[in-house]
Amino acid sequence: MTNMIGKPVKRVEDKRFISGKGRYTDDIVLPGMLHAHIIRSHYAHAKILGIDTDQAEKMEGVVAIFTGKDIAEAGINGVPCGWQVDFKNGETMKEPPHPLLVAAKARYMGDAVAVVIAESKALAKDAAEMVMVDYEPLDAIVDAAMAVEDGAPLVHEDIPGNMAFDWELGDREKTNQTMAKAHHTTTLEFVNQRLIPNAIEPRCAIGDYDSTNDKYTLYTSSQNPHLIRLLMCAFVLGIPEHKVRVVSPDVGGGFGSKIFHYTEEALMTWCSKQLGKPIKWTAERSESFMTDCHGRDHVTKAQMGFDENGKIIGLRVKTFANLGAYLSTFAPCVPTYLHGTLLQGLYTTTAIHVDVTGVFTHTTPVDAYRGAGRPEATYLLERLIDKAALEMKVDPAALRFKNFIPPFDGINEPGFQTEVALQYDSGNYAPVLKRAMEMVDYEALREEQASGRNNGKLIGIGISTYIEACGIAPSAVVGSLGARAGLYESAQVRVQPTGKVSVYVGSHAHGQGHETTFAQIVADKFGIAMEDVEIVHGDSESVAFGMGTYGSRSLAVGGSAIMKGIEKVLEKGAKIAAHKLEASENDLEFAEGKWTVKGTDKSISFGDVALTAYVPHNYPEGLEPGMDFASFYDPANFTYPFGAHIAVVEVDKETGKVDLKRFIACDDVGNVINPMIVDGQIHGGVAQGIGQALFEGAIYDESGQLVNGSYMDYTMPRADDLPLFETDRTVTPCPHNPLGVKGAGEAGTIGSAPAVVNAVMDALAPFGIKDLEMPLTPEKVWNAIHNNQ
Amino acid sequence: MIPNKFDYQKATTVEEAIEYLVEYGDEAKLLAGGHSLLPAMKLRLNNPVKLVDINRIPGLKYIREENAMLCLGAATTHYDIESSELVKSKIPMLCQVAASIGDLQVRNMGTIGGSLAHADPAADWPAGMLATEAIIVIQGPEGTKNVPAKDFFMGLYTTALAENEIITEIRIPIPEGNIGTAYAKCVQPASRFALVGCATIISKNNGLCDRVKLAFTGVSVNAFCDEAVEHALTGHAPDVDNITIAAEKAAINVDVLSDHFASENYRRHLAKVYAKKALMEAANNL
Repeated sequence: MTNMIGKPVKRVEDKRFISGKGRYTDDIVLPGMLHAHIIRSHYAHAKILGIDTDQAEKMEGVVAIFTGKDIAEAGINGVPCGWQVDFKNGETMKEPPHPLLVAAKARYMGDAVAVVIAESKALAKDAAEMVMVDYEPLDAIVDAAMAVEDGAPLVHEDIPGNMAFDWELGDREKTNQTMAKAHHTTTLEFVNQRLIPNAIEPRCAIGDYDSTNDKYTLYTSSQNPHLIRLLMCAFVLGIPEHKVRVVSPDVGGGFGSKIFHYTEEALMTWCSKQLGKPIKWTAERSESFMTDCHGRDHVTKAQMGFDENGKIIGLRVKTFANLGAYLSTFAPCVPTYLHGTLLQGLYTTTAIHVDVTGVFTHTTPVDAYRGAGRPEATYLLERLIDKAALEMKVDPAALRFKNFIPPFDGINEPGFQTEVALQYDSGNYAPVLKRAMEMVDYEALREEQASGRNNGKLIGIGISTYIEACGIAPSAVVGSLGARAGLYESAQVRVQPTGKVSVYVGSHAHGQGHETTFAQIVADKFGIAMEDVEIVHGDSESVAFGMGTYGSRSLAVGGSAIMKGIEKVLEKGAKIAAHKLEASENDLEFAEGKWTVKGTDKSISFGDVALTAYVPHNYPEGLEPGMDFASFYDPANFTYPFGAHIAVVEVDKETGKVDLKRFIACDDVGNVINPMIVDGQIHGGVAQGIGQALFEGAIYDESGQLVNGSYMDYTMPRADDLPLFETDRTVTPCPHNPLGVKGAGEAGTIGSAPAVVNAVMDALAPFGIKDLEMPLTPEKVWNAIHNNQ
Repeated sequence: MIPNKFDYQKATTVEEAIEYLVEYGDEAKLLAGGHSLLPAMKLRLNNPVKLVDINRIPGLKYIREENAMLCLGAATTHYDIESSELVKSKIPMLCQVAASIGDLQVRNMGTIGGSLAHADPAADWPAGMLATEAIIVIQGPEGTKNVPAKDFFMGLYTTALAENEIITEIRIPIPEGNIGTAYAKCVQPASRFALVGCATIISKNNGLCDRVKLAFTGVSVNAFCDEAVEHALTGHAPDVDNITIAAEKAAINVDVLSDHFASENYRRHLAKVYAKKALMEAANNL
């Protein structure tokens, strides 16, 4: 069907998801399958003096127990890091091994020490209780800024100061000179707290070695099965890639945490070969809390300088980024190239310098979590600008309008070159904030706030704008920045003989609705019904290659790859049509699912052309039969969605509880294929950002124990904590990809947290409170009020 | 999330259940709604060898009025209490307590007897039981006994219930005269248990409170009646000034819990705030 693009089509995958028919990794049961239970360190830092497996090995149903010693003796490498960020002085990034099971030392609470494999999950767990690990607990360090100090316990003995890298971007000298001239300087010191991703489906991996064919299959709940295969084959197990198939069936959420290559994937694959049987491991919820890579955890000091007219002239940032105990797949990239590069924001700041130190601590590894670096950058900018507005006694909206980069479409006007490496593709920033203010009725709300204050009501209005770099990423650019992989995407458009279409995509949905959005594009371009399009993903055996789904990239990069395939089909189809219609290709037009000779009623349908391609009895000379095109698309640039969010809160003076009254989001994600899916993405993202602002945060005690590793203790945002979101959009198309799309997966998370915090700070302004750290729990807010009354 | 091996046993009478308790001692556990027990078993924090299911015992689920008492069978679910017209007409606060527990699925399974026996320091029912001066009817091998709520809760997860005993009924005196009741709860945001829960019943005679009962849960290791608040309001008109003065006395002479949701200081403050909320609401319901 034509005109499918832009329609709020209901998600085709939801039928199976909401009726319990989704097929997740843990649903897979293979003949003779064994079950693994992983024994994990209870200590954040401990020497392993010995492991006694005697009793457990004798238990009925126990098949094998492997320890770190076995892994070391087998010569297996640890899981690799996929991004290299070196020290400023040229020294190479410190990249300690991350073994599948540790032999000598545990470095965070949850570090894997041994694996018990048994005939059932229950037996494996029972036996694990009988494995005696003799630990010698050691002092731990959990805070990134403290970990670099002299005398701090070392996470890896050979890495002094616990530093993985230090890094800078921007012009230090120019920034220092500019900041020295500033008429007003605002300073903010804060922790962007550690978050636990909490995908509803726990991670799961099944290793299945087939000795007759010497082939391995790994089933894993992952956002990018192909990358897992590449990393595991080439860097961990040293097995040929063509001997390994990686399958990720339906994936129940990830938020970034399922991008990375985890030790359990390689461990199950290796163990399966040792025992000759398939082996499944599924994380328990407590394991998910402890071992799914966490997000954020920045300790930052930032200063913003203004001239006498309120124009931002300089920004100086120092961040200690907590990387946890080991380097996860993308960990070094998040606080650097996804954070430092976004510090221009939407503003015309002329001098920026950012300095980031990546630090090891005795905590769960930290990596990309929805937004990844960009929420941290946005929080930094938007809190600074709000604090500055308060200090300079100007309206926070007016201060933003004054500093916005003027509009540019990236076609007639060039892209905007930032002070921090990126070139924005297209942008028109004032309208999103204007629209958001209109939606919330800003002027009236300010009046309501003023009269409320007179009656003791603490109403707050908080604004945040944001920009993010999505559509990750141009391979040459990221390669020059330390990426060890390209970040293109692949798609294969296979027109079947009957005119039905199968599209094999390298991105992999874990909640995004690709089966719907991608099918809409194909149906629209071919003029066929959506039901006649099938989207295939998540299996390295059927999909040629892929870089997976993260960084709001699937539509901008993967969708563009599909568009390339579509073009190739239409190009070949036109040749066949011209032959059949006995006309020149130039005289044909394609519309409504058929090629027509212009100005005549002579036409041939898409289906007939497809059939001809596969039954080429009457066929253009020299043309190959078939209709099947693989394409790779490497983007020319990142895409740069932006938006403005406004939160309205009321703070209860007596208890400190924040009541979120309204939340307005006006986003610009470029062109929109399915507005319902985009709205859903924004809603989910906003909820997660609100979660960070008000509720969430991993808490480690000094010994490195994760204090709140359960749903009884870790506060997730719930529906009844949230108001009905009010959303709208402006559209500034991306100038460099065929669909003009920018990506919508992370926008909500990036904009919402600072809007909520700004709103609470606005409510508390009468008490002279200028800054509080997330999450803004009732006690924290009450204490601040109490201490300032 | 897999419990240790256990033996599941369905009991058909209270006597049969007690026999298992006698035989297995501390290796047996009664299964009522299971909403605290099963998670504890899955985390292997509680590892009973014998799990005795009492859900099929007839005659443990009822709500009726007898001799000026509200009588609740121990296996009555939170939802049954929440939605009982009888309870609502006699002591509406109890419906509030029930309705504040977990979510609908939890309330459809969880039972009042199970909650009392478990005695979670943050559970809602203990406050309601203390404020209403409920009597917990307990059956053991030697027969039945009646334990007043104030003697029942003895510490963290600790009650007057012996290893071989089972709660069969809760009897709640129906207050007479001009009464107002309320339950005010500040939820722990992750678990939605009570960070501070305050249950109160006041009665008014000639414009003055002649009787005030006020109990807290979540504040200390076990629920307790706050006599300082009760005394401060008794004999005074239940107006905002007197209630404010009385509420200020809340949780003064008790050891207050502290955790990452609420420090001792903040929790004590919340106790005052929620005492006032509860008393104000009760006064409005007079």
